[in-house]
Amino acid sequence: MTKRTLVALTTLAVLPFAAAQPASATSKPAGQITVFAASSLTEAFDAIAKQFEKKYPDVDVKFDYDSSSNLATQINQGAPADVFASADEDNLNKTIVSGTVTPPPVVFAKNRLEIAVEKGNPKKIKGLADLEKSGLVVVLCADQVPCGKYAAESLANAGVTITPASKEENAKATLSKVSIGEADASIVYVTDVKAAKGATGGVRIADKVNVIATYPMGVVKESQHVAAAKAWVQFVKSKEGQRTLRRFGFLPP
Amino acid sequence: MRRRRRRPPVVVAVLAAVAVAFFVVPVVGLLQRAPWSELVDDLTDPVVRDALRLSLVCSVGATALAFVLGLPLAWVLARTELPGRRVVRALVLLPMVLPPVVGGVALLLAFGRQGLVGQYLDDWFGIRLPFTTWGAIVAEAFVAMPFFVIVVEAGLRSLDTRYEEAAATLGARPFTTFRRVVLPLIAPSVVAGAALTWARALGEFGATILFAGNLQGKTQTMPLAIFVELQTNLAGAIALSLVLLAVSVVVLVSLRDRWFPA
Repeated sequence: MTKRTLVALTTLAVLPFAAAQPASATSKPAGQITVFAASSLTEAFDAIAKQFEKKYPDVDVKFDYDSSSNLATQINQGAPADVFASADEDNLNKTIVSGTVTPPPVVFAKNRLEIAVEKGNPKKIKGLADLEKSGLVVVLCADQVPCGKYAAESLANAGVTITPASKEENAKATLSKVSIGEADASIVYVTDVKAAKGATGGVRIADKVNVIATYPMGVVKESQHVAAAKAWVQFVKSKEGQRTLRRFGFLPP
Repeated sequence: MRRRRRRPPVVVAVLAAVAVAFFVVPVVGLLQRAPWSELVDDLTDPVVRDALRLSLVCSVGATALAFVLGLPLAWVLARTELPGRRVVRALVLLPMVLPPVVGGVALLLAFGRQGLVGQYLDDWFGIRLPFTTWGAIVAEAFVAMPFFVIVVEAGLRSLDTRYEEAAATLGARPFTTFRRVVLPLIAPSVVAGAALTWARALGEFGATILFAGNLQGKTQTMPLAIFVELQTNLAGAIALSLVLLAVSVVVLVSLRDRWFPA
């Protein structure tokens, strides 16, 4: 086979993919939507999805939970998301600036940080300052992901310097290192500790050094189910959605 | 005598072309976004430098571990009539098909601080593997060692045992026989096995991030750095990916005669 035929054949093979255009968006909420959400939203969004699907039986909600920074990169690279719910404003703004998510961002919840410790707090950790103790295995979120950024802020507020054993890829991975017993403590969201349902203990971080995490959300421009995506955003903001978020420990927006 | 070249039927040719495109397009995608002009800057970034160094240390360490433990194992599998040998071989090869993430969880539950064996390592010897460079080496060896065992075992099997018998009749002890006769003869297999093991260890991600965690300069190898950097620094992630791509090509080229005779 000559080089030219090979090129022609390759082009032919790739064409069908390029030709697949998004179907026109309908006005009635229907179809399957994929919500890219910060991993800290896992339990709350799973619960809200059940309520949402009851109200909109024609809509099927699927989730991709990960660190907001990872999701923002994926969305900017064309990942097929319909809604992006971030654990910080920076990452949602990244997708708005790149023109992938339609402004304005809708802030739907707030969150605070907490120290996750082993069940029963065997190391007797009372606050951020105790995390400096030598011999303590502390795990944080990576600097690039929101919970890592917030933790660094909070530690700076408290004037505490720690040497983490690891910087995990998202809030849930960070928490799991404590619940599995590998780490003595980690800094995650209040809601993560609450969602762990006793698998880990929680130690409050004093209000004056704690950080408020803002959770904004937006609809992806290329979404093929804009109506359903918008309905999801509205539903999360509705009384019912907000009540569920509160139940999982989130603060009002 | 040359065999007559056949023209492939159109359908076959088209599907084969799709397959080629499927493999080539991602590489092209990576190359066309490569920040060539800033590549040197990106590669001298401290995060990247640490990741390069750690990847080298861990992959070489894992290969060394595979050599020390895998060589005797390959010999046992190839040369003895150990009962249950087939089961042992299947167990040894398990990490090749096991998703590395599962391997990471299993390692954590076995060698973690509260793991089956790990709690004693900690209590008795104060050895903790998770979150240490040793942990990263262990994770990589777990996933990559089977490649060494399988290649060396095949090499031993294809070796005529009369060489060993001759050495033994001449009075050589088993170890001397192995070192002076067998090892030189299976050297190509050992080198190929080590190269494959090293390449697999270099790319290890799932087991490492789960078992050893992710800390710059300590456990953050190149694949982990690529994963984390991708979130905020696409150029850096691509630069790191290019390094791994180059290494893979070098491994392929150097092993081509052994594995892909044209």
